[in-house]
Amino acid sequence: MTVQGLLDSGMFTVVNVGENPEREITVPFCCDLLSIAMGRAPAGCAWVTVMGNMNTLAVATLTDAACIIMAEGAVLDEIAMKKAKDQEITVMGTELPIFDAALKIHQAMQG
Amino acid sequence: MDEAIVLTYEISPDDFTRAGEASSDVKGKLKQLGVSPEAIRKVAIAMYEGEINMVIHANGGGIRVEITPVEIKMILADVGPGIPDVEQAMKAGYSTAPDEVRSLGFGAGMGLPNMKKYTDDMTIETQLGVGTTITMTVKM
Ligand SMILES: Nc1ncnc2c1ncn2[C@@H]1O[C@H](COP(=O)(O)OP(=O)(O)O)[C@@H](O)[C@H]1O
Ligand SMILES: [Mg+2]
Repeated sequence: MTVQGLLDSGMFTVVNVGENPEREITVPFCCDLLSIAMGRAPAGCAWVTVMGNMNTLAVATLTDAACIIMAEGAVLDEIAMKKAKDQEITVMGTELPIFDAALKIHQAMQG
Repeated sequence: MDEAIVLTYEISPDDFTRAGEASSDVKGKLKQLGVSPEAIRKVAIAMYEGEINMVIHANGGGIRVEITPVEIKMILADVGPGIPDVEQAMKAGYSTAPDEVRSLGFGAGMGLPNMKKYTDDMTIETQLGVGTTITMTVKM
């Protein structure tokens, strides 16, 4: 499934559409500790987290994540929002808990 | 490309809004140079961790990146407090980061282990009260 596919699925609200939405999602990834995410986030992942500060965006860029899903109704703070726009990172949102959000992505990826 | 391409950055202390800018810039440059995505990812991760450490633990510092056809070398030098026990600092989970840093999602004590994991070579030179220089190499 591509990032665009996930955006179009209507499962999540769209916060920001970044570059290359045609990119394939490799796997959902859950983590809120940025230091762990930095070492573990797989390239091309759909990263589900409640952490919405600018460092989340930096970690997403540097680990080459495909997109970010803010779970539990978490939002990007103002600086993070600006960074998402500047760095063209796709961000979505949901009221769902982290696990449920990731499970939905997983199920959508199974087709 | 016979000569090394050299990039230099100054990292300002306690500025989380800018932490990661140097790593992002290097990532962009390596992309333009056509470096493989795997090597770029390694450099980006290792350098970001080093950059964040300079912001949190060392009052900022300087980063020099040397790119040659065979490898990317990152030299991170600070004049911070130094690391009293490098072996302990290298342990996964060891951290002296203050609570406000933890609330931002950092300070899990995974930085130095990540830097080691994602680079082909890493050396730490450190002296208490003088500073720390970390040199990391990623092979192309
Ligand atoms: N450049 C540095 N100057 C001084 N101390 C450092 C530096 N980098 C790391 N340290 C020390 O090593 C510890 C472990 O670093 P790291 O693995 O990156 O974990 P964290 O940054 O999450 O604390 C830090 O908590 C700090 O005490
Ligand atoms: Mg660290």
